[in-house]
Amino acid sequence: MSDPMGFLLWVKGPAFDWALAIFALGMLARIVEIFILGRKKNYAEAKGGEWGPGFKTILTRSIADPGTFARAPFDVVVGWIWHLGFLIALFLFIPHVELFKGLLGIAWPGLPNPVVDAVTAITILGLIAALVHRLQHPVKKRISTPEDYLVWAVTFLPVLTGYLAYHRLINPYPLVLGLHILSVELFLVVFPFTKLTHAFTAFIARWYNGAIFGRKGVES
Amino acid sequence: MAPRKTLGESLREHGVSRRGFLKFCAATASMMALPPSMVPAIAAALEQARRPSVIWLSFQECTGCTESLTRSFSPTVEDLILDIISLDYHHTLQAAAGHQAEAAREQAMKDNFGEYLLVVDGSLPGPDMNPGFSTIAGISNHQMLEEALAGAKAVVAVGTCAAFGGLPAADPNPTGAVSVLDVVKDKPVINVPGCPPVPMVITGVLAQYLVFGKLPELDEYHRPLAFFGQSIHDRCYRRPFYDKGLFAESFDDEGAKAGWCLYRLGCKGPSTYNACATMRWNSGTSWPVESGHPCLGCSEPKFWDAGSFYAPLSSPLGSPTSTLLGAGVTGAIIGGAAAALAKKRTATVVADRQPVTVEELEQKL
Repeated sequence: MSDPMGFLLWVKGPAFDWALAIFALGMLARIVEIFILGRKKNYAEAKGGEWGPGFKTILTRSIADPGTFARAPFDVVVGWIWHLGFLIALFLFIPHVELFKGLLGIAWPGLPNPVVDAVTAITILGLIAALVHRLQHPVKKRISTPEDYLVWAVTFLPVLTGYLAYHRLINPYPLVLGLHILSVELFLVVFPFTKLTHAFTAFIARWYNGAIFGRKGVES
Repeated sequence: MAPRKTLGESLREHGVSRRGFLKFCAATASMMALPPSMVPAIAAALEQARRPSVIWLSFQECTGCTESLTRSFSPTVEDLILDIISLDYHHTLQAAAGHQAEAAREQAMKDNFGEYLLVVDGSLPGPDMNPGFSTIAGISNHQMLEEALAGAKAVVAVGTCAAFGGLPAADPNPTGAVSVLDVVKDKPVINVPGCPPVPMVITGVLAQYLVFGKLPELDEYHRPLAFFGQSIHDRCYRRPFYDKGLFAESFDDEGAKAGWCLYRLGCKGPSTYNACATMRWNSGTSWPVESGHPCLGCSEPKFWDAGSFYAPLSSPLGSPTSTLLGAGVTGAIIGGAAAALAKKRTATVVADRQPVTVEELEQKL
């Protein structure tokens, strides 16, 4: 493990297994708990369905309502840009598709490398802009906790190291690829215990919102 | 011993023309990334160089490195460079056998004490393992290496086994195999890994030593930077296809026929540092990637244990799928238990609730 190749083999082998185990254990524990706890039983007469409005709200809440956009256009636009960029780089870069194929046995088409490269560069800029905004905006700065900065860092590092690895800006390559994988492992380990869980819970919360309104017969 | 001929004299004896010799010098200069203005200096230095004595020790190896060297191209100046080196002991190549061969080694070590180059191919059994795992003329590898080291100027570890342990050291490493560098601490060691190494790289390292009289610049794995300074990926002629995202997905699909990038078929070119892509094999005829096969990464440490040759570089090595399933199920059980516990606590609280009426409260006041 003391040399670059040994380090790469360690992060690809045992370290990845451990990170994945912590991620899967933590996330499944949280999600199963959320679903089993469920919501309080509603004894009122249902005025509409739950499932349809629930799923509809998962989609419609992706678009910020005009009021939110008017109040915080920067957060909406930059947030959208880097979230999309992050997901594109994560799921549509061919080497990542191969990783998922090795892990889950399923594959899907990817994007040409230069497209992912450009998207990654935009994502890096978006994340830096988000951090600068957080540090400069008086309210945001005041309400930011150490967890917010931790979450930003573990999200930023995989993107940055991935960009460095793709462009081979650190030598030797096994070192920078190892650092990239290690940063992803950090992300996976931190994920279930921070607000990063929103990647799953945001959709559960939206579904509940939509379902509650649907049951009451109002639009959400 | 007759006085040693200079390289120039020997080359002329072998019928190598001045033009051929200068072409070799120019190739050497470009290999070492030196400016063309250095060619005359290289020519002059090589011309005057005395044949260095080379003792070649073969330990836990398959002779592939020697095969690579001897069967490569014939006859070329590179070949002759090797002829012209005084290869005083190489138990595969030399005519002598048995105790005469060992006598030749001992004689060469005595005559050239402090001056000879020691070339090693193959790994050594672990220092604490049975020395009988590998012996030559009844002498254990460790003992022979130590004896030869005493008068050696430098050690060149040829092949991945000598440089990193290679195949003998692959999991589960039954002989506890170690590399030359694991054993040699007090002499300079140059690693020339590869399974086998590119012949020109072996001769190039020796030429560099002859020209400059000193050891080449090395990377952290003790590999000469002139040959191992760039990755296969960076010098690969299929690189444009990687950059465009055009990949072969099986060995006989349209992409493979069109010569697209072999990353998805397991190419380790991105993480492998070697000169195959520039020097190629068989007199520059071709090299693995050009022949349609992914790079195995043979010049890197632990390449036998770095996962399947046909698994992409980005795929994990351990058993992530079962880890994911096992941890997921465990997590689900923990989550279910936590929710059940919370529900039970709520139920207990509800059951134990002691309602207080307004009247009772007012009485207390």
